[in-house]
Amino acid sequence: MRMPEPDRDVMAQRAAIIENLRAIAPNGVIAEDDEMRVYESDGLSAYRTLPMVVVLPETTAQVAAILKYCGEAGIKVVPRGAGTSLSGGALPLADGVLLGLGKFNRVLDIDYDNRTVTAQPGVTNLAITHAVQDQGFYYAPDPSSQIACSIGGNIAENSGGVHSLKYGLTTNNVLGIEFVTIDGEVIRIGGKHLDAEGYDLLGLLTGSEGLLGVITEVTVRILQKPSTARAVLVGFEKSEQAGTCVAAVIGAGIIPGGMEMMDNPAINAAEDFINCGYPRDAGALLIVELDGPQVEVDYLIERVREIAEANGATSLRVSQNEAERDAFWAGRKAAFPAVGRISPDYYCMDGTIPRAKLPEILSRMSEWSEEYGLKVANVFHAGDGNLHPLILYDANKPGELEKTEEFGSRILLACVELGGVLTGEHGVGVEKRDLMGAMFNEEDLNQQQRVKCAFDPDGLLNPGKVFPELHRCAELGRMHIHKGQMPFPDIPRF
Amino acid sequence: MATTFKPETEAQVLDAVRWAVSEASPLELVGTGTKRALGRPMQAENTLDLSALAGISLYEPEELILGAGPGTPLAEIEVALAAENQMLPFEPMDFGPLFGHAVGLGTIGGVFSCNLSGPRRIKAGAARDHLLGFRSVTGRGDVVKSGGRVVKNVTGYDLSKLVCGAHGTLAALTEVTFKVLPAPEKTRTVLVFGATGETAIEAMSAAMNSPHEVASTAHLPAEVAARSAVGYVSGAGGAVTAVRVEGVGPSVEHRCSALRDALAKFGAIEELHGHNSATFWREVRDASLLAEPRDRHIWRLSVAPSESWRIAERLHAAGEVMHFHDWAGGLIWAAVAPTFTAETVRAAVGPNGGHATLVRAPADIRAAAQVFEPQSGPLGSLSARVKASFDPERVLNPGRMYPGV
Ligand SMILES: Cc1cc2nc3c(=O)[nH]c(=O)nc-3n(C[C@H](O)[C@H](O)[C@H](O)COP(=O)(O)OP(=O)(O)OC[C@H]3O[C@@H](n4cnc5c(N)ncnc54)[C@H](O)[C@@H]3O)c2cc1C
Repeated sequence: MRMPEPDRDVMAQRAAIIENLRAIAPNGVIAEDDEMRVYESDGLSAYRTLPMVVVLPETTAQVAAILKYCGEAGIKVVPRGAGTSLSGGALPLADGVLLGLGKFNRVLDIDYDNRTVTAQPGVTNLAITHAVQDQGFYYAPDPSSQIACSIGGNIAENSGGVHSLKYGLTTNNVLGIEFVTIDGEVIRIGGKHLDAEGYDLLGLLTGSEGLLGVITEVTVRILQKPSTARAVLVGFEKSEQAGTCVAAVIGAGIIPGGMEMMDNPAINAAEDFINCGYPRDAGALLIVELDGPQVEVDYLIERVREIAEANGATSLRVSQNEAERDAFWAGRKAAFPAVGRISPDYYCMDGTIPRAKLPEILSRMSEWSEEYGLKVANVFHAGDGNLHPLILYDANKPGELEKTEEFGSRILLACVELGGVLTGEHGVGVEKRDLMGAMFNEEDLNQQQRVKCAFDPDGLLNPGKVFPELHRCAELGRMHIHKGQMPFPDIPRF
Repeated sequence: MATTFKPETEAQVLDAVRWAVSEASPLELVGTGTKRALGRPMQAENTLDLSALAGISLYEPEELILGAGPGTPLAEIEVALAAENQMLPFEPMDFGPLFGHAVGLGTIGGVFSCNLSGPRRIKAGAARDHLLGFRSVTGRGDVVKSGGRVVKNVTGYDLSKLVCGAHGTLAALTEVTFKVLPAPEKTRTVLVFGATGETAIEAMSAAMNSPHEVASTAHLPAEVAARSAVGYVSGAGGAVTAVRVEGVGPSVEHRCSALRDALAKFGAIEELHGHNSATFWREVRDASLLAEPRDRHIWRLSVAPSESWRIAERLHAAGEVMHFHDWAGGLIWAAVAPTFTAETVRAAVGPNGGHATLVRAPADIRAAAQVFEPQSGPLGSLSARVKASFDPERVLNPGRMYPGV
């Protein structure tokens, strides 16, 4: 992966830059190589770079001063939350300041009358739920990394979770943010009311991967926990049947709290790891969770049971208590570490497809798996078509990482070809940057970059991520249509 | 001479916009024109009528998605959805009653461009939460697409959010793809009689803070309730607070009875079923109870629910006002006497955040006042730069939202 050439001039000034940052954040500058080591990569650990310097501000005013300074001096900045990104979004730059939000770790306001929590961006996703659970509330988007990942990172990546099928992604649950632009301006949008005024910059910032501004405060909505939840564990001989079952459940008008699928290799890896009682011989396993009042859950469980049986279920268990429901989920939740146990390394992909294309993508994957001699285990947010194929490889074998990446790219390109997208929730980052051309043509990408220019005209915030090619804003802004040049349109008119 | 272009293909939209750019001659974008009176009055010489870009191009009920041309009548989409027992979850309003024209004429392009969301917004999200992808012609004269046809998608910036609520000032939409949901099997509405002001907001908050998955909750003060076509509401002789519950049969019955118990302390309880419930929520959705008298200016305020009763009080203190609350209090619809200025209304919103939009007023008033919440300082200049990134020559609906944008 090619990153922008480090700027020698900037690196030559490193000592002065460190001094200037110290003047802004006296207790927050880390400049020793061995202390910066923990920041050299995020969750996509195949890529590593030591940043020029790390700064950990404590206040919005410090963030503003740092960005203003870097903006004026032409120094690149990479924002970082908890560093769990799986796409290299928080990968440092050798000539860049790594701006960590780790010290922004306070919940600022809990407002049950308006059902909101306002927190600093470094607060973990799960900590928000913990702050309100004694009143029966929770924060709905639940990425599997929720004990570690930060709410600021969630917004930057528009993260999803198992319950996003029914309760939405991050973008559907954020009400307001405070962010700082590269010129040091502090901007607040939204708040405790719905639908930010003017252009929906809140929606734009969500999922912008740290390229538009640094988020310094977040207001999210919280929900009352459903009174009951039960899960059904359904085995099928073939994944096609599981796929048809998913379509039939939704076709019947049922939107489960969660609907997850695992294929045979993933089932067996989970079973080996924690012995959760999954049917080892099943070609595919569905976990369907229904939540709501007891009467509703009981009623829907029966309907899901009928649908599953009509679609050829070979085994079916309904959770009878919380312990059993947890056990059904335990294997799914442990799927990544379980796969990690059976292989020296694994590479987690994240494409989305229209649900109906599941059999097709699975059969292509197993073909390629043989071609590359690399095993694949699949966990799948089946309800919304978001695939997480885990490619098993060994980084110590020469050439195997490259082979894995090529295999992974083919999967993602196939997702696009089947009507889906490159990334469902992990972000483009550096990982999928060079595949963007498969989904967007030059005009599409140029327009996205023009939006970037409206925020960051010198391209200093997290450069080298998301966009395969960087263009100068002046060049992008140039008009190609000139005065009086276009013919009067020959189209229907009145 | 003023021309109305009525392109039938995206290529023709492109020709029209490119010509407008080269002539520096702005275009007013319209579907069927039902929301022409929304926003600041337009000074564009020519019109770009997108109503011929119509028709459902993709509908896969089991994938919960629908794609259509921007000119597709909302009514046509609702019929197609109903045939599959599905719906637009965000329940877009119909401006017919407020603007004094027939109902059912709007287009899906207009719904997304204005980010129209009704009473179910508090549970299901806004229009902007449902637009998955679009194709468009930007004010630069480029064909640009964004998003896709799947819900889980973080590939590139989410430009769908930007075009929603941009009132046609960034790009002319040529195709929209959006998420739909199964329609509820059963709907019931619990009514609480007599709670007013702060107590009514408390009642709605109690419903929202219960685990009973409230789909919508609204409060009508006595004089507004008296105008309802639903006898239980108009005959109540006082204020009415309503809580709607949707879902499968046994669940709705269970939650309804639990809510009746929980809300009994706020006043006498009644229940609306079927037709009555649907009529009531249509009245709330379309703000039709405030339509008369026609000279009243109509404002729509989005505020923190807990503050909303104070804001309503401040409005009443400033002059002659009729108002009601949707969105658990957080949406205030207010019909104010023509003597009210925008400053008075915005002062009532106060320091705790929120925004006010002037939805109905004569053109000269909308030309002089800030129709949308004014943006100053860094936020204002950022919005202007975002506009310029799509439409640097300001050929698409210039000034519709803000002067200079
Ligand atoms: C085991 C595991 C499981 C995971 N499961 C899921 C899952 O189920 N669903 C899912 O969606 N993701 C998942 N992820 C991915 C990851 O956890 C999410 O993307 C998460 O939101 C990243 O948050 P973070 O705080 O770690 O951000 P980081 O990794 O630090 O940063 C991510 C990106 O956000 C930017 N950023 C961070 N903070 C800010 C800020 N305050 N302002 C501006 N930009 C900022 C960074 O520049 C970077 O581009 C998983 C990761 C792991 C390791």
